[in-house]
Amino acid sequence: MTFRKYLVLAGVTVFAAAGDSMLSHGMKQTGSISIQHLQSVILAVLNPWVAVGIVLLLAFFASYMNALSWADLTYVLPATSLGYVLLALVAKFALHEQISLMRWLGIVLISGGVGFVAGGEALTSHGHQGGSPLAKRGNDGASEADMASVISSGVER
Amino acid sequence: MKHLYTWGGILVVVFFSVVGDILIARAMKQVGDVHALWERSGLWTVVGRVLSNPNFFLGVGAMAAAFFSLLFSLSWGDVSLVAPAAASLTFIANAFAAKIFLHEKVDRRRWIAALLVAAGVALLAG
Repeated sequence: MTFRKYLVLAGVTVFAAAGDSMLSHGMKQTGSISIQHLQSVILAVLNPWVAVGIVLLLAFFASYMNALSWADLTYVLPATSLGYVLLALVAKFALHEQISLMRWLGIVLISGGVGFVAGGEALTSHGHQGGSPLAKRGNDGASEADMASVISSGVER
Repeated sequence: MKHLYTWGGILVVVFFSVVGDILIARAMKQVGDVHALWERSGLWTVVGRVLSNPNFFLGVGAMAAAFFSLLFSLSWGDVSLVAPAAASLTFIANAFAAKIFLHEKVDRRRWIAALLVAAGVALLAG
């Protein structure tokens, strides 16, 4: 794990938490949506909170995809669930909301789960399939030259 | 009747979320390590590889379906039930799906992590 990879995981966490909270704030202003009034979906997108929330969720998606390119899904999901803890702490210290004992317990459980997964390796899927990443890449139809450059970049590192 | 709608909605959200996560994860494994690819051949190669991957588009479609089914479910059921129940169940369903479809080595460490996080998410909304 390099510093840049930790930065990507932090990006997934922060963008998801910020995007979700802005979206939920905006949706509370626009009210509920039903099948009978589909045009209300378009109105919801025009709300500035919803719009900024969507932009942040796009940033989340880019860093999420980045993380999934070098780590397992079962590693990325728990590692980035700290966003829930982040939201609770923002609610406590920025919005001065009361946090119940149950919520503190939830924060402890999530943090414990993150600690568990962070101690293990990030990528297991290739080894488990019995083939190297290169062999897998070859099956997906990448060119020989491409594979050669993968090998050489591997050697450089 | 309202309960049935709410839990039906939650299950639909979980289903589309898991399908989306699995497809995106598979697409990005096929694209390969984005950092290495970017340094070697530039950003546009990365973008091109992602945009030429059919799993990526299927995954985005599934995630969009999850997003809109969540919006509908939220208008039917309580936010304090729908959002955490969907998030919590998605964590556990994803661990099963990643083991089956992505052949990830979901060892005891990762099961415990998935269960702790799922329980924690459920408690946070309580």
